[in-house]
Amino acid sequence: MNTITVSRRGFLASGAAAAAGLTLGFHVPFAGDASAQSVTPEVNAWVVIKPDDTVVVRVARVEMGQGTLTGLAQLVAEELECDWDKVTWEYPTPGENVRRGRVWQNFGTAGSQGIRQSNEYVRKGGAAARMMLIKAAANEWKVPVGECTVAKGVITHAGTGRSTSYGKVAAAASSLTPPAADSITLKDPKTWTIAGRPLKRLDTAEKLNGRQVYSIDMKLPGMLNAALKVCPVFGGKIKSFDVTQIERMPGFKKAVRLGDTGVAVIADTWWRAKTALDALPIEWDEGPNANVQQADILAAQQEGLTAREAILGSKNGDVPAALGSARRTVEAVYAVPHQHHVTMEPMNATALWTAEKCEVWTATQNAEAALATAAEVSGLPIDKNEVYRLHLGGGFGRRSSSHDFVRYAVLIAKEMPGTPIKTIWSREEDMTHGWYHPATQCRLVAGFDDQDNLSALHMRISGQSILATLNPDRLQNGRDAATFQGLNPQGPESQLGYTVPNLLIEHAMRNPHVPAGFWRGVNNNQNAIYLECFLDELAHSSKQDPLEFRRKLMANHPKHRAVLDAVAEKVGWGTPAPAGVYRGIAQQMGFGSYVAACAEVSVSDAGILKIHRIVAATDCGHAVNPQQIAAQVEGSFVYGLTAALYGEITVANGRVEQENFDTYQMLRMDEMFDVETIIMPSGGFWGGVGEPTIFVAAPAVLNAIFAATGIRVRQVPLSKTSLKKA
Amino acid sequence: MARLSINDIIRDVDVEPDTPLLWVIREQVGLTGTKYGCGIAQCGACTVHIDGVATRSCAIPVSSVTEQQKIVTIEGLSPDLTHPVQKAWLELDVPQCGYCQSGQIMAATALLSANPRPTEQQIRDEMTNICRCGTYNRIKAAIELASNTMAG
Ligand code: FES
Ligand code: FES
Repeated sequence: MNTITVSRRGFLASGAAAAAGLTLGFHVPFAGDASAQSVTPEVNAWVVIKPDDTVVVRVARVEMGQGTLTGLAQLVAEELECDWDKVTWEYPTPGENVRRGRVWQNFGTAGSQGIRQSNEYVRKGGAAARMMLIKAAANEWKVPVGECTVAKGVITHAGTGRSTSYGKVAAAASSLTPPAADSITLKDPKTWTIAGRPLKRLDTAEKLNGRQVYSIDMKLPGMLNAALKVCPVFGGKIKSFDVTQIERMPGFKKAVRLGDTGVAVIADTWWRAKTALDALPIEWDEGPNANVQQADILAAQQEGLTAREAILGSKNGDVPAALGSARRTVEAVYAVPHQHHVTMEPMNATALWTAEKCEVWTATQNAEAALATAAEVSGLPIDKNEVYRLHLGGGFGRRSSSHDFVRYAVLIAKEMPGTPIKTIWSREEDMTHGWYHPATQCRLVAGFDDQDNLSALHMRISGQSILATLNPDRLQNGRDAATFQGLNPQGPESQLGYTVPNLLIEHAMRNPHVPAGFWRGVNNNQNAIYLECFLDELAHSSKQDPLEFRRKLMANHPKHRAVLDAVAEKVGWGTPAPAGVYRGIAQQMGFGSYVAACAEVSVSDAGILKIHRIVAATDCGHAVNPQQIAAQVEGSFVYGLTAALYGEITVANGRVEQENFDTYQMLRMDEMFDVETIIMPSGGFWGGVGEPTIFVAAPAVLNAIFAATGIRVRQVPLSKTSLKKA
Repeated sequence: MARLSINDIIRDVDVEPDTPLLWVIREQVGLTGTKYGCGIAQCGACTVHIDGVATRSCAIPVSSVTEQQKIVTIEGLSPDLTHPVQKAWLELDVPQCGYCQSGQIMAATALLSANPRPTEQQIRDEMTNICRCGTYNRIKAAIELASNTMAG
């Protein structure tokens, strides 16, 4: 059998496997460059340099479209002082991370944290490698290190006129003692030449000719395929199935029970497995959740809006008193439904189980969690399991919320020891068994004092907690801190951008049986809709300009205000928009970054919305690759507005009603609008990029719709509200 | 059994006649650049050319395609990335996750061979494939770029 061994000195593949392109070991996970599986010793955990000067940067976080792979490689290359044109990459495995004492630290790629949480240690990894390479050259030349310089991977000693390249000294460098951590000085970002520039991605070419191998494309010698069905009602169980009805179908190998929740059919091809599964008579024990209807979920939320008991988010001043003495109050209720991640690549994983070892090939946002899941299901000690990462056809939080795809793949593989089996979820199975964006509602009440200043604000969120589903251990006294994303009084992560003299924010937790998960942008998304649309209502109620109304509350929040001002200036806020076009504005901070947007829309008499242009600003502290930040900002509007315009998962008889794109619509090119991105890194902190812009997408557009029509949309998705002129 | 012409190679495949062309291409033929996204002709991830026309291969049974019809998949477009559409995609760094892009490129190349100078509105109307990562603006710009270079 072809295997791969990963050693302290580098990644060693069996030559036969590499040469044949077979993948029981793998060439696939190192898709950036098949030759990356080299016998070249590493300089350190982050950097391998081959004799031909190719620089292989090890990337611990995972690429799912967001560009983190390229950005992280830029940061390492910046400190390494290598030639960017010679940079390639590879993923270490989580098993190797365990064996090496987590030398690559966290593999988790969620919460827009890829670059902001690891920038320091990956840059230090690059810098340490540079120091070792220069030292190796200096040793060879018997000259002081301080007299050597390096540029683009070429080390020079001016005094003697000698020069050499990284590739030539890499082997010697690898045996040197790494520099002490406190002897490593990182460059001032102002002097960056590789990081901070709009470089091309490292992973584009293979996405243009079909060569990029995604998890769903995995092939292994002798591999079989599986299709699965889990009880359509969450929490339901499988009672029985009648395999005699499908045994003679083409390609059929086996039908297997998945614990007590479902059944899978294994066949030679996936299409045959799915065809047989569709023909399989199955009896479910749907359980009590089969009686739950959408109205029940909504009723529980509505009850929570005014329930006596609620969990405190934050407070200052005395809201009941201030509301009691207010000259006038304004009140509104907003609602956001469940939404599905809909990665373009449905969930899947390939597993190979024997009594000695369990191997999994999959697309995961957290390979360490995937490894833990594999170990739990395989019944083998953690060091007898391994996970190989493949490119993700989208993640959006689905591939970090739960590793159910690994769980089922290993369960299935265990039924046929020694045979690799790829399990793919049909789109229908994927959509009806998600970890959905939590559904919540929010009741907001504001009070104005005698001078018509905003004196009090009460936000009561009612509905689902993500942690209650995914990780109840992380609730603190029943409180899910993540519910208040974007509304926190302080902190570098997701701070409220306004000062209100009397403020009360609470959560009445109402958890339906529908599982919740982390969905790109997470709770910031609905919190931004609630607050930013309501502030817009308040501005209009006091006949103030929505921008000026906000700015007055933002004196203590200059960074929030700066992004808002930037979009206002660029869009020409205060100057007339083109005829028939109206503007809406919003801002929010989350995942460490400050974002704002201004949307320009028109609405026809028939109620047809057209979004013309969106101006967006991002202050992410440091901008590692501006063109990829722009790509994330554009993509975030598509993602956020797909949800705002169309996204709604509903429940009938305990099961999800939407199964595919015909009933779960996506924004497409015909509705696409211009996006102008202002990247304004103010330095001094590191913020995320993959998610924040989503927060402001919906409120900017909903506020513009109000400006255009006078219709205040308080329920997402917009498709539920008619914008037709009365 | 079916006999197909895929990327100028004749392939005999042992498969049930109602199998969608997509799965024959992916599983029996082993060309995985063509993607599964929905299986119901909604997303376009499975787009291939049949006699030059962009076709959603998930929704047609293999039995409806004859040996005389030329099927081209993303692998057959230009493996060395020299097609002007691929070059434009590279130039503008279009893909994010990239999963939809085989289908987008096959749709775009078919559009440009039928209409070498499409207007912006025609591109919007013709390019109906879903991109969940939201690369639409770069796709549109890349089609315009390719159209310009092809017109030379
Ligand atoms: S997979 Fe064919 S259109 Fe979606
Ligand atoms: S690039 Fe990810 S779906 Fe289009």
